Formats: sequence, C-alpha cells, structure tokens
Amino acid sequence: MLELLQTYTPWLLVGQYPSGPIGGLALTLFLAVTGLVCAFPLSVLVGIARSSESRWARAPAFVIVHIVRGLPVLMLIFWCYYVIPLLFGRSVPGIATLIAALIFYEMAFLGEVVRAGIQAIPKGQIEAARSLGLSRTRCMLDIVLPQALFNMIPSILSQFINLIKNTSLGYIISVEELTYFGHQINSTVLTRPMEVFLMVAAFYFVVCFSLARLVGWTERHVRRRRGNLIAQGGEQ
Amino acid sequence: MEIHLLELLQGYYLQLFIAGTAMTLRLFFASLFSGFALAVLLTALRATGIPVLRWVIAAFVEYHRNVPALVQIFVWYFGVSQLFPAAIRNWMNAQNGEFLFAYIALGLNVAAYMSEDLRSGLRSIARTQMEAARALGLNFTQAMRDVMLPQALRVASPPLVSQSLGLFKATSLAMAIGVAELTYSARLVDSDTFRTFEAFAIVSVIYLVGSWSIAGLGYLLESRLRRAGSQ
Repeated sequence: MLELLQTYTPWLLVGQYPSGPIGGLALTLFLAVTGLVCAFPLSVLVGIARSSESRWARAPAFVIVHIVRGLPVLMLIFWCYYVIPLLFGRSVPGIATLIAALIFYEMAFLGEVVRAGIQAIPKGQIEAARSLGLSRTRCMLDIVLPQALFNMIPSILSQFINLIKNTSLGYIISVEELTYFGHQINSTVLTRPMEVFLMVAAFYFVVCFSLARLVGWTERHVRRRRGNLIAQGGEQ
Repeated sequence: MEIHLLELLQGYYLQLFIAGTAMTLRLFFASLFSGFALAVLLTALRATGIPVLRWVIAAFVEYHRNVPALVQIFVWYFGVSQLFPAAIRNWMNAQNGEFLFAYIALGLNVAAYMSEDLRSGLRSIARTQMEAARALGLNFTQAMRDVMLPQALRVASPPLVSQSLGLFKATSLAMAIGVAELTYSARLVDSDTFRTFEAFAIVSVIYLVGSWSIAGLGYLLESRLRRAGSQ
C-alpha cells in the first residue's frame, strides 16, 4: 500500500501534469468550484422565482427544479453530452459537458436552499422595509438576501461536498478527474484493485470529511450570530 | 430534427426499456429494504453507548458519507470481489455479480445515511421516555423497539423519504459496472439506433415518474403522520 501511494500519489493529485493536462484531485476540485460558482447566481434567481408572488415567475422555476431533482445526475450528464454540441454546432470537451451538467444540477438544489433561506426571513422585516418605502427589489437585495445568504453558508458548503462527490461521474465520460485516474492506476497495476480504490476513496474522504467539519463549525457560528441578533432585540 | 418516439416504443427496444426499468426497480427495492433494516440495527447499536460499537459505526457512516457512491461501488466490484477465492469469484460472475455488488454498495450507502437520520430522530425524543420505559420494566431492546424507534421513525420520515429518492437516482450508477438498468438501456438503444433524443427522453420520463411517485408518497405519508401526531 505504501509504495503504491508513493508511486501514484502524483497521478491522483494532479494527473499527468506537468507533462500533460492537469487532472486528478486538482481537476476534481476545479470542477466542483467552477460548478458552484457558476450555479450560485442562477440558484439565487431560481430561489427568488420560487418564492415570488407572481405565478409567472413561480411556475417555470417549479418545473425546472422538479425535473432536475427527479433525474439522476448521470442522465443530466448524458443530456448535456447530447444537447450542448447541438447548440454550439461543434463537439465540446468532456470537462465542459460535465461542468454544464453540474451547474444544472446545483442550480436546482441550491435554488431550493435559497428559497428556504428567503422564506425563513420573518415576514415582519419585509413589511417594515416596504412600509419604510423600499421597493420590492431593494427590499429583496438589501434586507432579505444578505441575511438569507449568510444563514445559508453551511448549506452551501454541504452542497459543495455533494458537488465534489458528483464530479466522480466524470469518469463515465472520460473526464480525467480523481476516479478516472483511479482506474488508470488500476489498469496499470492490475493486481491490487482493492488497495488502489481504497486509495482513491481515502483522497475523497480527506477532502470531504474536512469540509464536513467546516460545515459543522460554520453552522455553530451562524447560529451564534443569529442568536446575538435576536438577543439584541431583532424579532424572530 | 425528426422525432420518432414510437419507433423505440415497440419490439426489441421496448423490451430493453422494460428490462431496464425492472432492473432499476429490483436494485432500488432490494437496496432500500436491506439498507433500511441495517440502518435501524445500526441506530439501535449506536444508542447502546458501548464505545467500540459507537466508533465502528461512526467510521462506517463517515466513510459512506464522504466518499462518492460510484467509488464505493468500484471498491466492492473491483476490490472486494478480488479478495474471494477464485471458485467463489467464478460462481459470483456466473450469478450476475455486478448486480450483487451494486446492491451491496448501494444498500450499505443508504444504510449509513438513514442511520444518521434515525439517530437525529432518536435524539429529538425525550431521554425521559427511555428512562420511563426502563422503569416500567422493559429491557433495552424492548424499550428501543416498542417505545423509542417508532417515534424516531415518525420524526425522521421526511429525510428518510428523501434518502429513498436519492437511492432511486443513485441506482443509475450501477451502469458503470455493467448492470443493465435503465440508464444502461438508454445508452444501449442510443448507440444502436442513434436516436439519442428519443432514447434519453423515454428513460428520463420513466425516472421522473419514479422520482415523483416517491416524492408524492412521501408527501402523503408526512401529512398522515402529522394528522396522527396531532390526535
């Protein structure tokens, strides 16, 4: 196990870099971060639409969220694999396909998180802001969203962990991320699949487990902040 | 682009989709029931407070929560399978080994998640109920089985439903080791006919029917439990 680790850790960490494209865990993290960053603004829009009073905003967001959440991520990836080249008129690399699928997926899941965050803001605050003369938009941007997003930090982090785990599906469309290199190593070594895949699992574990601790820490932090606000006379 | 849905909804291709759906459902229900039973057992064992048990189960849960399900399936299919003697390995390959390993991996995965939900359900039940049950002369097993777990189950039912939905979608991962389930059939029909849109659309609709049924059942269950709880 140790000499396997010694020999193949570079592959698992960065793929064939610097002699080839960057891959392995570095690519896995890149995919997850890109997916989260791109999905975030979309999910805020979805969340606002989902909690809107207008039926015309609610209905399409409802349909999108329920379709995306009802399908396996793998089917989303296959759909992107098929639809994106049709839209652009040429084939796109697997990495782009995977990122697009992850954005769709995360837009729906994070959108629900945003919705829950918005709905958790006490109605009285919105009424107060409106009666002070703030427009609906200003009220959303200045009063509701900043608080909702702050309270959502732990959930966003959990979604990030989820996203990291979902990048492993890239293996199926030959994106050279961590799981893919696990397979490469397995077919190079041939005789020790158990150790190779446990090694891959350990890499994911270290990243996701540490992030999960961070989620717990931020959860406590957010709760404390909210507790202080309430103690200072904010209504709940 | 012309769309010919009906072409794929007859004869050989229809049979592939039906077989794929049946396989997805088999994998789903097998993993769901075994996983749920194991989750209940793990929760009860963890509640005993015996340190070694608690650590082992905590490690089990953390492994399954922090490693992608696909990698867990690979560990079983490529890794654990090699640890068996050749005779058993051959027998398993003859007996649809892919299905068996996908079932084990997904069952253990969902068991880990569900045991966490049950554990937080259990924590929401007042400790004094356990003490009261013990004081009335029930032993630990009886108190757990008849007093604590049924209540924890009620509290935990919404997250348990969403874990079931997650499991239903996760069965698609089994295609990566060659289980001929629904996603696999979509790929097969696609590469056979080049009718990608139709093949994916049919399979997506089947998944959506499945997912929405689970979500709908969960909703019904929740409103019934709420009514039962308020009486």
